[in-house]
Order: sequence, then C-alpha cells, then structure tokens
Amino acid sequence: MDSTTKKKVSRYSAHIVLIVASFFFLIPFLWMVSTSLKPLTQVFTFPPEWIPRPFMWSNYTDAMEYIPFFTYLRNTIVITVLSTLGAVISCPLVAYSFAKLRWPGRNILFIITIGVMMIPGQVTMIPLFLLFEKFGMVGTPYPLIIPAFFGVPFYIFLLRQFFMGLPDSLREAARIDGAGEFRIYWQIMLPLAKPAVLAVGLFQFMASWTDFIGPLLYLTDSLQYTLSLGLQQFQSQRGSEWGLMMAVSTMMTLPIIVLFFLLQKTFIRGITFSGIK
Amino acid sequence: MSENAQKIEPANNSEPPYERQLKLVPAKKKSFWSKNKHGILFASPWILGLLIFYAIPLFSSIYFSFTTYSILQPGEFVGLQNYKDLFTDSLFWKSVYNTVYFAVFFVPLSIIFGVALAMMLNMNVKGMGIYRTIFFLPTLVPHVALAVLWMWLLNPGFGLVNGLLSTIGIDGPAWLGSVTWSKPSLIMMSLWGIGQAVIIYLAGLGDIPEDYYDAAKVDGANWYQKMRHITLPLLTPVIFFNLVMGIIAAFQQFTLPYTLTQGQGTPANSLSFYVMYLYDNGFKFFKMGYASAMAWILFVIIMALTALVFITSKRWVHYQGK
Repeated sequence: MDSTTKKKVSRYSAHIVLIVASFFFLIPFLWMVSTSLKPLTQVFTFPPEWIPRPFMWSNYTDAMEYIPFFTYLRNTIVITVLSTLGAVISCPLVAYSFAKLRWPGRNILFIITIGVMMIPGQVTMIPLFLLFEKFGMVGTPYPLIIPAFFGVPFYIFLLRQFFMGLPDSLREAARIDGAGEFRIYWQIMLPLAKPAVLAVGLFQFMASWTDFIGPLLYLTDSLQYTLSLGLQQFQSQRGSEWGLMMAVSTMMTLPIIVLFFLLQKTFIRGITFSGIK
Repeated sequence: MSENAQKIEPANNSEPPYERQLKLVPAKKKSFWSKNKHGILFASPWILGLLIFYAIPLFSSIYFSFTTYSILQPGEFVGLQNYKDLFTDSLFWKSVYNTVYFAVFFVPLSIIFGVALAMMLNMNVKGMGIYRTIFFLPTLVPHVALAVLWMWLLNPGFGLVNGLLSTIGIDGPAWLGSVTWSKPSLIMMSLWGIGQAVIIYLAGLGDIPEDYYDAAKVDGANWYQKMRHITLPLLTPVIFFNLVMGIIAAFQQFTLPYTLTQGQGTPANSLSFYVMYLYDNGFKFFKMGYASAMAWILFVIIMALTALVFITSKRWVHYQGK
C-alpha cells in the first residue's frame, strides 16, 4: 500500500469508528422524539418500530393538558431567569473585588471561598430548610432564587481567575481620567469580562432549569411546580403513557438545546475554563 | 500596580496643611475606611451570603447531628447517639454499599471512556464539529428527563434496548426491575452523559505541543508508544481534575435514582443511594438530627477521598514544564 491509500483507509476507518460511537449517543434522542409522536398502541409493539404511524402531533397538546404545562413552564422560567440575574449581578462584583481591589482579609476570604466549594450541599441542606421555614418561605420559590443574589462560590472563583488576567493599566488610565471605582468596574472591567459572565449565566441557567432537589424541598403546592418536578410527578402517576412523557421530556430539553446552538462557543469555553485553570 | 496608582494620587493633590503633615497618624487612621471601602462594599453580598447560606448552616448542622431535632419537636441533645444508631442501621449500610458500588464502577469507566472518546474526537477528519456536538448533546438533557427516557429505553417488555438485543438473539434482562441489573443500568445511563468531561479532556489534548509527537515520530515511535509516553502522562492533570469531580458527584447521586424509583430505591433497595436515604430521614421521617449526622459522615468521606487523591497525585500527575 502506498502512503496516500494508507491515509485514505485510516481516514475512512476513523469515520466508521466515530459514526458507530455517535449512534450510541444519538439513538436515545431519536427514540425520545420518535416515541413522543407515536400513538399509544404503537408504543407497545415488540420488536419496536421507529417511524410513528400515524404521526401523533396531538401527543404534545395532550401532554400540555394532562399536566398544567404552561404553569410549570412559567414557574421554571421565573425561577431560572431571576436566579441567573442574581448570579450575574453578584458574582462578578465579588470576583472583581477579590481580583483587583485591596482590602484587609481579602486573601483569607478567598481561600475560605474555595474551601466552601468542597462542602456537599447536603450538609447545609437541613439548616437552610429550617432557616427558610422560619422566614415562612417554604412553599414559595424564594429559596430557589434569593441565594444566587448573594454569590455562588464556584462562579466567583471562575470570574476571579478571569479578572486576574485583565491588565491593570486600563484601570489606572480610567482613574487618571477621574473615574470612580464603581464606574471603572461597570464601564471598563465588566464589559471586558463579558465572555466569562456569559458562561456563568449559562451555568446558572442550566442549573436552575434542571434542578430537582431544590424544587422538591421547597415547592409544596403543585401549582408552583417546575418542569422537573412536574415531569417526575407525571411519571409517578401515569407511568405507562410513554408517548406523552417523551413529549414533555422533549419540550423540556429543547430550550437548552436551542441555547446550546446559539451560544456553543461560550458553553465550550466555560467548561474548558473550569477544568483547566 | 494598583499600589502605584494610589501613590501617585497625593502628588497630584495640593499639599496637605503643615499641621496635618506633622500628625501623620490620625490622618492615616481616618483614611482606612475610604481606602478599603470599595473592596469591602463590592464583596459585601458574598460576605453576607457566606455567613447566612454557608457558615451558620454548616455549624448548626454539626449541632443538629448531636440532637434529635425535627420540625415537629425541638429535640434534645443526645451526644453521639445518632452516629451510633447509624452504625447499626442496615438501610444506612445498604445505601453506603450501593453508593460505593456506583462510584467504584462509574468513576474509572467514565475516565476510560472519556479519554478514549476525547482521543477519537481529537482526530483530524472532516466534520469533527458535528461529531463533537453529538457527543455533547446528552449532557444537555435535564436529569429527570434523562431518567424517564432511560426507563423507557430499558423497559423490559417494549424498550429499545431489549428490542435490539432480541434481533441478535439475546433475551434481555429486566434492567431497572432486576436487583442484579439495576445498578449497571444506572451506570450505563450516567455514561451516556459524560460529554462535559470529554470536553475537558479535549482541551487537555489541545494543550499538548505538537513538537512532542514530531520528535517521537522521528524516533520511530508507534501509535501505542506515543499514547503511553506522551498523551497519557500529559493528560494526567485533566484526568486528576475529572477524577476528583467524578468522585464528588458519584457520592451525591440523587436525582436519577430518585426519579427512576419514585424515591423508593426499588427493587429490594438496590437503588437506594446515600443522599436518597439522607433525604428520606430528613424530610420524610423528619429525623433531621439523624440526617445531619449522615450529611457529616458524607462530608468526611468526600474530604478523605479527595485528600487521598491529592496525596497520591504527586506520584502520577505530571505537569508540563515541571
């Protein structure tokens, strides 16, 4: 074999390996969408069929009636948007202070912040529940929103690393021009940190959208449920309606996939940044 | 740098009055707040958050673990009784066993598959962006939806997995309905979502300088030798990171088994995981002292394992340029 055919063969075999592996990752998705469009009689056929006959688009509208889908959607959006807002307001502010401002105790507090990341959520879960209970907030979405406004250690850490990489000369130039600390932060440093802030916003969005244990603990009234909790309830009550459940699962996953395709670079950069630096 | 800026400032101002120059100390004292106020103000949300949402709960949780506290009654101090009771609680040990079983199989498998996938996705072929996207997509599925989807895929009677197995003549097991297969099923569906780790491995692969491979090629190294002596050693910092994160996540497993079993841990408690039992104690049986003791044991286990990985890392993690 000469070297060009050898190269060709290795390229083809690379594609074959990749395609086979891709199937393992893709098939569950296709199966979810396929099932979501099947009539109930076809769901229970063995061996399984891939193409729905006929396409039951009504599964989607039925699913929205079986569970108060739009109520759950609205609850999820409210919690997700507000907690994301909280995280992107508070975390850069704190991270900037850790990275660029000088004050006594700063370094010790930063070390404590890293230490706090190691605490499993279960340790603080019970006292926090009792705290929110005392303030009468159990049964409201506030416990799922308020903490984000006070900073999230992992995001503070990520953003601090990012701010450390920005040059101080910009701040000095702005100070000579007479800008105050807050203006320097708001008009110069924060815009420069936009990619990192976007990544943090995305992380918080994903975390809130898919959160399960938080809503399970704090949302007691079924009209306050999020999509995660709603789907879990639906599953435990009507466990054999696979078409409808796959429709709800698809609708719940879709916004994240759309977001991923819109912000692919930010996604990847954020994950890489968290792992390497 | 910022210090320089602060030193420049007084020079720009007009000279302070002669009396002030003599009494330097009070002038300095006065400026402490104005010097540091921005830093402290900027960090104040987190200073409060750290106290309210981390420090106070952390210390009250230690205290609760020595009491019989519950929402229904104030509870009393019982010393180490909760910890002693846990040691004779068979369901506690069952949940420990299940959690360790999951971690022991899932964490190494996720590293092996993760590194292998990353190497495949690092090849120089056309359309790699599409392949990479496909591998990443499962990580976007919310865990509750992921659990429901896999319940359906692994459905013993009508699921796709047993359907595919039957076409090659294998009579598939009951998967999540079988005591033997329930945990392997969970491991399998968790492996489906390793895209996030793969991305981190890919970044690690991208950081390895091409020169090393060129040099190895000149020396006549084959594919295996390159992998064994260049790729894997230089990937160890990233493997180390994913190992630590993987262990922490494996011990905190909750949403998948809870959804799969409606919180029951069925069949025969084979899917009863540590945090599920903790949740049951705290919020179903309202034994919050008992649950707090469980939380602290979990904390100690995770810390010990992380410390162990850190200590051994000196022997197997190689940083570039060291």
